[in-house]
Amino acid sequence: MFNLTKNKLVTLLKVQYSNMLEYRVEIALWAISGIIPFFMLNIWTNNNLNESIDLSNVMLSRYFLSAFFVRQFSVVWVVFTFEEDALLGKISPYLIQPLNPFFRYFAQHIAEQITRFPFAIIIALIFFLINPESLWIPSLSFFLLACLSTFFSFLIQFLIQSIIACFCFWTEKASSIERLLFIPTLFLSGLLAPVISFPEYVKSWIYITPFPYLIDFPANILSGNNTNIISGFFMQIFWISVLLPIFKRIWSLGTKKYTAMGS
Amino acid sequence: MKIRKYIKIYSLFLSTSVASELEYKTNIIVDFITAILSLVGSVFLLTIFFQNTDNIGGWNFEQALIIQGIYTILNGITNTWFNPNLTEIVKHIREGTLDFVLLKPLDSQFFISLNKIAPSGFLEIILGIALLFYCIGINQLNINLSFLFLCITTLFCSIVILYSLWFLISTTTIWFVKTWNATEVLRSFLYIGRFPLNSFSISLRLFFSIFVPIAFITTIPSEVFLGIAKPWEILIEIVVAGIFFIVSRRFWLFALKYYTSASS
Repeated sequence: MFNLTKNKLVTLLKVQYSNMLEYRVEIALWAISGIIPFFMLNIWTNNNLNESIDLSNVMLSRYFLSAFFVRQFSVVWVVFTFEEDALLGKISPYLIQPLNPFFRYFAQHIAEQITRFPFAIIIALIFFLINPESLWIPSLSFFLLACLSTFFSFLIQFLIQSIIACFCFWTEKASSIERLLFIPTLFLSGLLAPVISFPEYVKSWIYITPFPYLIDFPANILSGNNTNIISGFFMQIFWISVLLPIFKRIWSLGTKKYTAMGS
Repeated sequence: MKIRKYIKIYSLFLSTSVASELEYKTNIIVDFITAILSLVGSVFLLTIFFQNTDNIGGWNFEQALIIQGIYTILNGITNTWFNPNLTEIVKHIREGTLDFVLLKPLDSQFFISLNKIAPSGFLEIILGIALLFYCIGINQLNINLSFLFLCITTLFCSIVILYSLWFLISTTTIWFVKTWNATEVLRSFLYIGRFPLNSFSISLRLFFSIFVPIAFITTIPSEVFLGIAKPWEILIEIVVAGIFFIVSRRFWLFALKYYTSASS
């Protein structure tokens, strides 16, 4: 049983990877569109805003570069694909297949991340050419931990978006809800400013929300900034275990509710 | 005669697209909340920047709010007009429906740029204007006719530049077919329009005034608002807007020569 699922996943991955390779330019453009953290870094260092939060320029630049990487490998767009498929009635054939269609989307995301990888490396190399003093090599254990937490961050976002995508069964257009949820993700995840720089009235509650674990936590591990690794992983796993049953429940409710075109 | 025809057609576009958007009522409400949250988020980010400093790039908090206001208005205009229409170009070209647009006895650029409207962007425009009024209060600015005239002129020029940028990038679809993420790159570049140009390093400043003139889009109108804009800046903005508009028009006509529909 397990072997069968694994085979399916591997096949799906292969198919989606070759599919994604066809759209290399498109994915390169996606990678470029993620450079906002570098603009933010520019504002921070150019105005010496980091003096107050006890982060040197070098550590801050590592933080933002790591944030760029984490974002690159945790971007999720399942709701947009799912919405299009639902509106065009493509979901019905997927539902007949003996595999939850979200595996297909999941494989698409992983394949896209693999395609993205070289472009992200190129952007990082350009970054190091401009800021040679911020070059660093994380230790292997921290690197692996960072990869794991990035993957968890991706899982959390994938689950949240899949839950939103299931609203398509009721409202047909769910992407506006995703755009709404993207706003707190953008401002609170640490993509634009590290969470430690947030004012106290935000810091007091933000660590129980999933947001800081999406970018800030993995980026801190990767860049070697201070962070509480154990509680970070605990919260990531906690959120995954909360979101997964919700997704399963809403998926089974939604597929019952779903009426394809013509029925 | 011709202008009257176009005005009439545009009012038809308006009513049909508003009607079709209103079918998704909850969507519009969600978009409204998104617009408000997005403004709150950017002000929150500004307060983080100003926690321990009283200026970034020579702008204090009250002045930087003006840039947010202008940005919000322009973003609303982008979401209302540019985004829904210009992402449609990609669809037209992929599915070969651009043929039908070209066959219409109408200017194709007019049709493609104004066919649709997304009313949810209106709230952003209103929010931006409200923020600007608030800024007039806290910055104690005097309003007179020449001030109003200059503000509206520079804002208009910003809109023209923004439109031309969007249109230029969307036009490249004729060669590359899938460029809706090129507009995503533009979107992320536009993000720096939320902050004063002087808060960035020299190299970025040069890049964003020469290659992608985002500097002109928000910073100059905000300076006009504060009454600290130099006359040459306003002049340059008008010239840049004119050049960009003409180039985008020429580029569209040039690109159409390379358009081969699906079957040919």
